[in-house]
Formats: sequence, C-alpha cells, structure tokens
Amino acid sequence: MKYLFFISIASRQKAGALFFSCILLMLLTMRLMAADTVIENPDLSVLEQQQTLGAYLTRVGNCMGCHTAKGGQEFAGGRRLSTSFGIFVTPNITPDEETGIGHWNQEDFWQALHSGKSRDGRLLYPAFPYTEYTKVTRQDANAIFAYLQSLPAVSQFNPPSEIHFPYNFKPLLSIWRTLYFKEGIYEPDEGKDEEWNRGAYLVQGLGHCNACHTTRNLLGASEGDTLTGGQIMGVNWYAPSLTSHLEAGAGDRTIEELAELLTTGISERAVASGPMATIVGQSLQHLTPEDIRAMAVYLKSLGENHTNDSNGTSFSVTTGSLLKQLKQGGQLYEQYCQECHGATGEGVPGIYPPLANNRSVVMDSPLNTIRSVLNGGYPPTTAGNPRPYGMPPFQQILRDNEVALVVSYIRNSWGNNAGLVTAIDVGRSKGGDH
Amino acid sequence: MNHFILILIGFLVATPIANATETDSVTVPNTMAERVKACTICHGDEDRAGRDAYYPRIAGKPQGYLFNQLLNFRDGRRYYQPMAILLENMSDEYLLEIAHYFSSLKLPYPPPEHINLQPEEIKLAEQLVFSGDPERELPACSACHGDNLMGVEPFIPGLLGLSRVYIAAQLGSWRNGGVMRGQTPDCMSEIAKQLASDETNAITKWLAVQPASGNPNPVTALAPELAHRCHSIVQENGAAK
Repeated sequence: MKYLFFISIASRQKAGALFFSCILLMLLTMRLMAADTVIENPDLSVLEQQQTLGAYLTRVGNCMGCHTAKGGQEFAGGRRLSTSFGIFVTPNITPDEETGIGHWNQEDFWQALHSGKSRDGRLLYPAFPYTEYTKVTRQDANAIFAYLQSLPAVSQFNPPSEIHFPYNFKPLLSIWRTLYFKEGIYEPDEGKDEEWNRGAYLVQGLGHCNACHTTRNLLGASEGDTLTGGQIMGVNWYAPSLTSHLEAGAGDRTIEELAELLTTGISERAVASGPMATIVGQSLQHLTPEDIRAMAVYLKSLGENHTNDSNGTSFSVTTGSLLKQLKQGGQLYEQYCQECHGATGEGVPGIYPPLANNRSVVMDSPLNTIRSVLNGGYPPTTAGNPRPYGMPPFQQILRDNEVALVVSYIRNSWGNNAGLVTAIDVGRSKGGDH
Repeated sequence: MNHFILILIGFLVATPIANATETDSVTVPNTMAERVKACTICHGDEDRAGRDAYYPRIAGKPQGYLFNQLLNFRDGRRYYQPMAILLENMSDEYLLEIAHYFSSLKLPYPPPEHINLQPEEIKLAEQLVFSGDPERELPACSACHGDNLMGVEPFIPGLLGLSRVYIAAQLGSWRNGGVMRGQTPDCMSEIAKQLASDETNAITKWLAVQPASGNPNPVTALAPELAHRCHSIVQENGAAK
C-alpha cells in the first residue's frame, strides 16, 4: 500500500523508476530474509512463525543483555548502564500494560527501533543503540515486537535514569541526532554476494557491534570509520579494532576460525574475554551456523581492506635498567604464568591462549591484558565449550608494580614488541564490571 | 622406491624430534582440578588471608550450599566483585559441577585458633550456640548448622574450621543488611541484627577455637519450623535447581 501511495504523488515518469526501485528494494529485502534459517514449520500459525523468528532475532540483538538487571527478571529492565553522561536505567520491555510496553503497537516499536523515538515522541538517548538498529528491516522489527509481546508480562517499575547536566537538557539530543544519527535500513552492496550482505546486515544492524568497537567523541558519538575500535564507554575494557590487522582485524584469519571464536568463545589462537565473553555467551552462541558464517565473511573482508596500518608504537628495549625490569617480569612469568601459557608463550590451543604473537597482548592499549591478569576470568560456557578452563585472578597476589613488570615482559618477549606498562597503568585498569 | 625409503627415514628421524618438542610444551590434564585453578589460587587447601580479603576454605562444604553461593555471586545477590567477574559467563550446569567437585574434596581441617576466652564468654557463647534465646526467638546455631556444627546437607554450611576474622566479617555483613541482598526471608540477617556486640564477639571467638571434625548432618536433622523460617535457603533454591 505504501508503495502505491508514493507512486500516486509522483509524476508518471518518476513513478516508473520509483516502482522499479521499490521492487528492487523488496527483492533485496527478501534476499536478506532468505538467509534466515529459522525453519518454517507448517504447523505453526503465521504469528507463531513470526514469534519464532523474533525470538531468534532478539538473541541476535541481545536485547535481554541490557534489558535485564543482574539476577533480575528477563526483559523487565532495571539494568544500570554507567556512561560519562550519567547512569541509564534500562526500561521494562515485557508486555506489561503499566510498567512495560504492553500498550505499544508495531508502529510504536518501529519508531523506537528505527527512529530512536519513544511512543510519545520523546527522543531516546543513543544508549539504546538505535544508531545501529535503524538498519534493521521492518519485517525483522515486527518479528521482534511480536516475540516481545508474547513474553510473560512482568510488573516492574524501574527507577529513572540519572543523566548529568547538561546532557539531561533534551533539545541537545535533537542537535546530537542531526549531527550523528543517520536513519535508514541497511542497503545491500550490489557488488557483494548475499552472504556478505547478510553478515554486514547483522554486524552493522541488530548485532550493533559498533556500539562497543568504536572510538567515541566527547558527545558519545562514534567517530570516523566504524568498527575501528575504542575504549568501551562506561566499561573499563578496550574493544579492539575489527579492521586493523594490528588489533582484531580478521583479514588473515580463516572463516572457520572466526566462526569458531564467535560461537564457542575460544579458538586455537584467541579467547573471548570481558564484555565479549558475555556477548558470545548471551547472544552469538545461539546464532545459526549460516548467520555466524555470514558475519565471519563480512568481518574478514573488513580486515582485508585495512592491511597498510602501521604500528605507531614500535618500541625496542635498549637500556640496562629496562632489561633489568624485563628480567624481573620474566621471573614473575616463570612463577605464575608459565605453567599454563608455556615457557615461550605458546599456550595450549583451544584451552590457554598463546601470548607470543598474540595481537590482543601487543596492541597499543594494554588495558585488556592488564585486566586479564588482575581479574582472571573464564571464557563463556557454550555448547561448543561447556566446561572451560579459567585464568586465575592475580590482583590478590601481585602488587600493581609486579603486574606492570609481568605484562611488560609478556609484551616484549618471544617476538612480541609493544610499549611497557607502568604501575599507574595498572591502577587505572582497575574497577568496572566484567 | 629410493625416494620412499628416504621419506621413511626422514619420518623416523623427525618423529623423536617432534616428540621432544612436545614434551617441552604445556600438557593440560582433563580434570576438574585443572579447570578450577582460577578458584584454588585463592581458595587453596587451607583458608588463606590475602592482602585485601580473607578466602575461606570451600573444600568439603555441602554441595547445595556451594552451588547457591556460586549462583548468588554470579547473579549479584551476594556481592564480591572478583567472584562476580569470574562467574559472569558460566552456566548453571557448570557451576553445579564445580560445586560438586569442591564438596567432594576431603581435606584436613586447619587446627583451631588460639584465642583466650573468659569463662563468662564461654558460657554466653555455649548458651547461644546450643540453646539460643527463646525469649528473643533466637534459635540455637546448632538447630540449623547441625549438632556438631559441621553443617547440614545439602544447603547449610558448617561453622567450624573457619577463622575468627571470617566469621566476624560474615556476621557483620548479615547485620548490615545481609550477605544476600534482597532475599526474604533473610533468616541470618534477622538473627545477626538481634545479637549484641558482646554476644557476636563471644560466639565468634568460641567457634574459632573449636576443633573441626565429622561430616555435615543429613537434611533430616533440621527442625521443620527452622526449615520453614529459612525456606529461601533450605527449600526454594534447592527445589528450583
């Protein structure tokens, strides 16, 4: 119907072209949908099929991750997201009439997801990643809404967000949107195949990878190219670049290796830790092999486009005092790390990640490596890795300067070459969730 | 044919070299002990006092108790950030397996602490531990934690073999709103809030000087009214999992 309306207001000549592009758009959208592998079951009603698809897409978008308080009722909100603009408290999105979105209709939901506006027209803060969700197709949005409406209604009022001045002055938000928000569903790249486009659709849209893997400016907007990595807002972790071969760019990885990492949380050479472990556990492990593969294909292509970056922090140890520091670090390594990660940092494939030639160890920001030493952690338990081995926390045992020594040693041994770490860096890396 | 023999010789020569490098690399035992190294670095064979905290022994504690604590730490009901970070992405199934592993360990208990107790402190402590105070509706510790104070399977922990510092810290947390936030009924919180400081002090010292021996009692040892009073610990968590 919408297409007819558009045609009626256009001139005849234009109408032909418009009609043609509408058909093209529909075909492309169908192609995006075609990659869905949620099997159509003839015993289910249309609504039930839509809900099944919606349940799957809700996993892809990990709506539950933010809209559930720790240990709280699923989708009932109340999770506190701290950012430099204040604390955002996520809303209840169960179909409760009074405290949830029971009174919303499909159009309201679309307006929120696609345009970043609440039911009453209020502009939403981009802590809700509509800057990414805007790329989601209407069909997918409707399916998510149908699923959310099928959930048990939970009556739960959540406290209001605590947004600092001046960010709580709403007109600023509309300026922000003018500057940084580009509304519009994902437009397939004609030059690429269906699988690549499906991957791009998932990574850029529902997967909202760019919500973390980006550098944000003072106004919290993603800066420059997408997926180029950055400190995660409100979380003391660095989300590595997914384009640079110096960080987590996957140009030289195989599709299978990437898919394994995204699905199981661990691969021969890498392990998902911190917030990424949570994403694998809550979302990615539930995706179909076809969708994971599509994401891997797209991510690999991002890495292939950026092979000429240079490491700006090339560093070589020359002076005697530095050598002495590294020697001390080496002694600590032998005492605490070597048993699992090996004498030459080789690790054990699929169990304990290698440290030699590991880009997440030598990348510019030492934050994640320091945090791993301080807090330890387990990879997520997944169907593919249900009983993971863990990294002990050393915060209780090592002093800040000792952590600095051992991390510096790891970053400069077995062919690794990266900046030294100080006790001050270690102190700054403390605190925060995950 | 000659090539074949050369290749074969090559293999025979190469194999021992390959083996030699393998022995240098890390071998990982496929055991729970290896998987829980992240736990045992703090919760070792004995209680351990770290620089910032005290790490209680977890070996040999009732499985249900350990499982509940793991869930409570993971889901934010019991707050200690290092534990929350470690457990964040672990499934119920795996946590149950970890709880089972630690509960099945039978390690010797540490010797009791040497603390001087005044006779009146001993009397006060023994009165509260074994009889409680019916006037204040304070149950005896032994009514829930077992006649021998070694706990009751599967959800109630023992009170012996713990250090004074740890017991005092736990009672203090219960008093200040509960180790478990927002859980109702919060029976230990209710009890700790009623204890005067001299009572807490006496109980804490007295428990720390008792030698630990014996095993947790079976669940039948629990009086029905106490099981009801603490049902959030005794029944709900257990039944749900």
